[in-house]
Parts: sequence; structure tokens; C-alpha cells
Amino acid sequence: MVPGDLKEGRIVIVGASLAGLRAAEALREEGFTGSLTVVGDEPHPPYDRPPLSKQVLLGQATAETTGLPMRREPDAEWRLGVAATGVDLLAKRVLLADGESLPYDRLLIATGTRARPWPNPAEAALDGVFTLRTREDAAGLAERLDARPERVLVIGGGFTGSEIASACRELGLEVTVAERGPAPLVGALGGTLSKLAAVMQRNHGVDLRTGVTVTTLRGNGGFTGAELSDGSRVDAEVCVVALGAIRNVEWLADSGLAAGPRGIACDAGCRAFNMYGIVTDDVFVAGDVSRFPHPLFGYQMLSLEHWGNAVEQAEVAAHNMVNPGPLQRPHLSIPTFWSTQFGLNIKSVGVPTYSDHIVIAQGSLEARRLAMVYGYQGRVTAAVTVDMAKALDYYRHLIETAAPFPPPPGAQDRAIAADIPIPSLVPDPSGLSHGPTVALTGHLPDRRLTVV
Amino acid sequence: MLESEGGGTAEDVVEMRTVVDLTRCQGYAQCVFLAPEVFELHGEEGLLYATAVPDDQAERVRQAAAACPVQAILLGEEVSSGAR
Amino acid sequence: MDSATLLARITDYASRPNPYPLYAELREAGPVVQQADGSYLIGTYHEIAALLHDPRMSADPRTRGEVAHKPPFLRLDDPEHHRLRTLAMRPFGPPHSPRRVDSMRGEIDRITRELLQSFEAGRQIDIVDDFAYPLPVTVICRLLGVPREDEPLFRAWSDALVAAADVRPEDDSAEEDKAGDQARMEMGGYLVNLAEQRRGDPGDDMLSAFVNEPDPALRLTQEELAETAVLLLIAGHETTVNLITNGSLTLLRHPEQLDRLRREPELLPRAVEELLRYEPPVHMRGRVPHADIDVAGTEIPQHASVILALASGNRDPMRFDEPDRFDPARPDNQHLGFGSGIHLCYGGPLARIEAQAALGALLPHLGGASLVEDPPPYRQNAMLRGPRHLPIQL
Repeated sequence: MVPGDLKEGRIVIVGASLAGLRAAEALREEGFTGSLTVVGDEPHPPYDRPPLSKQVLLGQATAETTGLPMRREPDAEWRLGVAATGVDLLAKRVLLADGESLPYDRLLIATGTRARPWPNPAEAALDGVFTLRTREDAAGLAERLDARPERVLVIGGGFTGSEIASACRELGLEVTVAERGPAPLVGALGGTLSKLAAVMQRNHGVDLRTGVTVTTLRGNGGFTGAELSDGSRVDAEVCVVALGAIRNVEWLADSGLAAGPRGIACDAGCRAFNMYGIVTDDVFVAGDVSRFPHPLFGYQMLSLEHWGNAVEQAEVAAHNMVNPGPLQRPHLSIPTFWSTQFGLNIKSVGVPTYSDHIVIAQGSLEARRLAMVYGYQGRVTAAVTVDMAKALDYYRHLIETAAPFPPPPGAQDRAIAADIPIPSLVPDPSGLSHGPTVALTGHLPDRRLTVV
Repeated sequence: MLESEGGGTAEDVVEMRTVVDLTRCQGYAQCVFLAPEVFELHGEEGLLYATAVPDDQAERVRQAAAACPVQAILLGEEVSSGAR
Repeated sequence: MDSATLLARITDYASRPNPYPLYAELREAGPVVQQADGSYLIGTYHEIAALLHDPRMSADPRTRGEVAHKPPFLRLDDPEHHRLRTLAMRPFGPPHSPRRVDSMRGEIDRITRELLQSFEAGRQIDIVDDFAYPLPVTVICRLLGVPREDEPLFRAWSDALVAAADVRPEDDSAEEDKAGDQARMEMGGYLVNLAEQRRGDPGDDMLSAFVNEPDPALRLTQEELAETAVLLLIAGHETTVNLITNGSLTLLRHPEQLDRLRREPELLPRAVEELLRYEPPVHMRGRVPHADIDVAGTEIPQHASVILALASGNRDPMRFDEPDRFDPARPDNQHLGFGSGIHLCYGGPLARIEAQAALGALLPHLGGASLVEDPPPYRQNAMLRGPRHLPIQL
């Protein structure tokens, strides 16, 4: 095949959210002139999800206005409101729920994740019980919060749960957070910062219950409260189930692709593996649904639920879909995410859970302003800043260059304890209500760090 | 949107959308200075913004996008709901 | 030529009209080029950007024992820098005063129109004295609450302070430093006195806000107030004048881009960013490493003098396509015109609004205008580089 051919033909993208849109735009930027079809199971054009747990709940934006602006017109056919139900790799066709099938020359899978539902369907169906992933979820929850419920119960102290609790407090609503682990955010940030997160929640008036699970959601038609594993009961009118995400891979069960609960495995060039571990030439993966190897983290397969990863991986996938092998690029960007809650801006670079020790390199917990550096076996693997985002580039560079841990001395506002590493205390995720938004899905020799 | 007789849409003015790449954002807040009706600091450096940009704020948001030291602000139209 | 003389050649007044070939030589010899006086000169974009974000780099001249008094926040390190900058920001910008700068747009437009009233076709005017200097001076006086008629007084202080703060090799500037110290004391005293007059009787200005802060934890000491007010008054008019003047000069040198901006005024915000890249008001910043650091394979020892040539980084072909081309529509323009990291220019948003208003209003007058002298006469200062006068024929 001459290289020029890759700029033509038929490309189908399954998934019409952030990764799908940015991939479509990037394909055109890369010079793809063929036909482009984007399939999405939601009826909406691509929209942005981070504002749903922040601005939308606070009433500063409505859920309908979260449509993502285009970087350029991708000149695509949008098949919205119809789910893909399968793919025939041999015939090179995507099967749709409406019975139609779409032929492709190259396929990009970007079906993302959905909210993990409350496990008891009858309880989950109670009026007032929500998850938060879609525009409809956010609109419904915002409407309930606007009606001033007596109390909101948030199940799960991960980023989404914590942001919802923060929004509730800002709205002046009483809120209880129930988390099975020892503290909020512990699965993503480890022990020390999770203690800060717990203090921030309590200082802001959150009724934080840790080390407990919610056993039963009560109500007769409408949610009225929940029973906890410690025998206590929380009376509330609204319940938000924030138990993490499930990857949308079921539609690929019979495809022969390496798709499982942790996502679809692909190589560093975003090419999907099939179930035998053989890489495909014409099926690519991007965004939350992918799991990909990263050389900085022992070539373990990473699953990221990060906005920035969706954008960057989509761009790499698009580039590789229309360029021949020697011109293809690897997806090597360092995982990065952010969260704004209780007035603090938390930013992370690297993989905090890939760590054995931490140091507070700048600032202090007392000042609520700090840079924490994570190390694994003597090298820097992650950093988290609290209201110190301008320092993050420096630590990103340390991660990229596999700099020794603890980081070099000399920081201007260096903490007194900067030379004293303490254990990072990353717990086994199976003991948490929330999952990390970055997961190592391989195994470390000395510990278990898998999520399913 | 309703198709009008002339073939155009009932609403000719398309409301603009904005999104900030908060992965890149370092909290310089230049956008808040230049378009305070659209961008807001939450705490010392957390950024919140109105996703829908009213017409009378579009010029200010364009200024904010140009001024962003990490070029993280995108202003544009969403994929039209009448997409094929 | 010997790359160890680059700083001497850049700061030589003869280089003022066009230091850019020397910056190219610096990047070629770099990234890190040690100078004859022992300082380290850096002119490549990525190294400068990394050092501006490196917490080991001190902006405080006391790190090298150069001055004894506590400098303003521009030249302090965290956490003290953060505390003072945050306090100084309270009456000026977000999160406490997010609308202050935006609310000055109308007044800036009015001042601009007034200044342009005398710009009649056929006249010769000086862009600096007739336009680019009076606008930011009037604005910063209004903002701080300083009487405009005191301008001759603080202009002399400002000149002395800016001369003392300039970058030069073999810093043998004892006389300038002494004059600068004297000016700093007098100007600080003058501003504190003005502020004290507003105690209990506040106006809508920043000096009033500083002295009437009700929370003792958020109040500046008298020394801090003096240093901060001096910094804001000087920075508020010494840099914007260069931005507007350099902008006028650049547009007159690029008539096709001038025409384009007249046709597409919506490009103006991006054009101002491109000016900040192409002809920035601040060319260099000094830093001092708190520890031995490695920059692109060169070891820079603790407490060495490091000079970051921001204007050179802005022309680095490793970062910008065709860096020597002035392109008002340039995409991905992450320039260093206002620095980067924790010391990113405090007054940048105000400077942007002033430059947009000034250049936008000036555009119709520049169509038929021509430069009387090219290059124009420059100010002595190498760090804050800009024309002393810019005579043009309308």
C-alpha cells in the first residue's frame, strides 16, 4: 500500500465524546480525505463531562450547554443515539443497534466508560438515587439539589464523590460521604494527602464516614435513607452513587479483540490487540476504554480516566491511522489530572499509586499549599500539587527523566521534612468504595495493585 | 432547530461554547481578569467557567484565549445538533 | 566572536536597536553560555521555560548577598513571594477583585481618544511622549491613587531605579545602585505618605485598599507597602510604554500586517501577544540557583548569577516556526513576553488591555504614517528595552 492510500478510504469512530471528537478533528488535520462516521449511543453531540460535577451542580452552567467546541469542522457523518453492538473484524463492519452495519477500512474504538451502578437494581431505581456520568444524570441531580433536600448521601469518596460533596456544601446543603476505605481520595493519592482530604471535608461541614459500607438504600418509591455497615442509618432525600466507572466493552465480547473489564488492550501506537495478543493493523483504541503500556511505569498497562489522556491518545491514534508504520508515533504522555474541591486545586502528574514513598517537597499540609513527590524504588514516579500548579512542570520533567527519589534539594519553599521520605500508603483498591482514576492493570512484584 | 421556509435555521446566531484544558491550566487567571463574567477562580487557583458564552462576552473570551499563557482555552461552536 | 563576551555585547548601547543577531549567536553557542564575569547566560526557549518553573531558582538578590533590604515580591522567593503577591493581588485581581481591570476598559478607551485628538494628518508626533507614555502613567496613577500632576517627581525616581536594576556585565554599578537606593527610599516614603492620607478615608484606589484592609493578617507592613507600591508604580508605566511603542514601530515596519489588522481588527488580541513575543518590553531576567543545577548538560553552581534572555527564547526556532517573522495570527504562541511560572507579570492583563486599546485606536492613524527615523533612538536600558522617542510623520 502506498502511503497516500491511508489518507483515503472509510474510517469509523465508535464513541462520540471527547476522544471521538478530537480524533475526528485530528484525522482531518492529518489530511484524511475519506469518509468519516462517528457513532455515539447518547443522542447528543460530543459534550464535556468535568463541568457536570462542578459548574452544573453549582448552577453556574446548565447541562445542555456543555457541548464541546470544535477545533475545526471534522466533516463527519454523526450517527448519534444508536449504540454499536458488535464488530466483525474479518468483514470489517461495525454492527449497530438499529440493525445497520457500517463498513470500515480502519476503526477507532473510543466508547469510554459509564458510571458503576448501585448493585441492587431495585434500590438503584428508587427516585432520588443518582449516578453522575451523563448530561441527563447531571441535569437531574442539579434539579434535585436546587430543590434544597435536607441531606444528600454520597457513596464513595473518590474524585467524583468528593466534588459532588464539595458542590453540596457550597450550595449550603447537608451532605454525608460514606467511604469504605480509611479516607477520601486514598485510592488515587495515598495516605498522607487522603488525610488532608478528610480534614478539608470535615472543615467544610461534610459528615464524613470512613471505614463503612452502605448496605441498604431505603425508600418506598422515593429514596429516604441508607443503612451502613456499622449499624448506623443516614436519613437523606438524595443519594449519589459514586463508585467509579465501568468500561464500555461488552459490545466487543464476541469480537475477538482483547477487551475485558479493564479495557481494551492496545500497543503504544494505540493499535488494539486481539484475544491472542496479536496486534491489529486496522483497529485503534483511545480514551478511557483503552489500556496501554507505558515505559516509565515498567511497561505496565495503564488505564486512565483522564480528560487529557483522551485528547492526547485520540491525537496519536488519529495520526497513526493515516500514517504508515515508520511515521507512526507512540503515546507516551505522562498521566495528568486535576480536581477542584473545597476551594483547593489538586493536580497530579505521573502515577501516584506507582509508589512506595513520598516527600512533601514544597509547602506544607498546614498551609494547604504543597507539592508532594512520589517515588518508587528510588526514582520519581509522580507528583501532586495542592494550589501549586505552577510547580507541576518541574516535577513532570523529573518523572520524564526518571530522576532519583527523593528529588534534589534546593527548592525555595522547601518543607522542613523534604529529606524524610515516608511510606506512600497506597491501599489495595479492593478495599475501597472508589477506584483510582489511574490504574496499573499489570502487577508489581511486591504488591497487588489491580482494579476490576 | 426548526427549518424556516428559506432553508436557513430559525436561529441564525449560534451560541459559542468554551472549554478549558485544565490539564494545561496553571492557574495564572489571565482569563478571569479579561472576561470575569465567564471565568472565575474557585479558591486560589481552581478555575470554573461558564460553558455557554453569551454573544456580548465572545470578544472578551477571544481576548482571554489569546492571552492564556498555556494556550488552554478553546472557543468555538459545538457539533450542530442537526448533524447527519 | 568570543561567546563569553555576549552579555557585554548585548548590553552595549550600540546593540540596542537590534540585539536579535546576538541572541541567535547566544542560542547557537548555548544553551548555557558562561560569560567572562562568571555569570551564565541562557537564551533557548525550553531551558528558560524550565528554569522559570524550577523551584530551586531564586529571584531574590539577597541569595547572592547583593542587597540587604527585603525586595518587593517580584524579587522574592516562595513562601514570602506568594504571601506578598497574594496580598498585593487582593485589590487588583482575582479571586478577590476579578472585575477591577475589566472595569477600567472604558476609562482606558477615553484616555486613548483624548491623547489621539491632536493626531492630525500631516503632523509629526512622538509616539512615546505624545501617546505611549502618558496613557499607562495616567492609568497607573488612577489605579493606585497617585496624583497625575506628581508625574515629574516620580519619573525621576523611576529613572534612577530602573537604571540601577538594569542587567550589565561585571556589575560595577555602585553609583547607579546608590542613586537607586536613594530613589527607592524617597519614592517609598512618598507613596506611604499618600496611602496614610487615605487611612480611614478610602477612595476607590489600591493604596486606599492596602491601608484600609480590616484583617490584620492581610495587612502589609509599612516597608512592604512601600516596596509593593514602588514596584507597581514603576512596572505600571515603564513596561507598557515599551509595549505600545514597540508595537507602533513594528506595525510601521510591516505595512502589510498593519493593513491586515485594519481589515481584521478581531486579530488585535493575538497581534498583541505576537508583539510580546516579537518585541517584548522585558528582555532579560536574573536568577540565582539555591543548589548546584544541571541545565542541558552544563553544571551551574549554587549562587551563580544566571541571566535568562527571555527575548531570545521568544525567537528560538526550536520552539517557534519562522521566529523572526512578525505574524499577528501566529498559532500556539506561548511566548515569554510576560515571563512564566510564579513570577508571571502581575500587571500583564492591564498591559494587554492598554496595548489593545492603544494600538486599536492608533491603527487608523498609522495607515499613511511613516517613521521619521529608523531605527529610532533607544533608551539606555538593555533589560527594559524600548525607544526613547519614536517620531512619526502622520
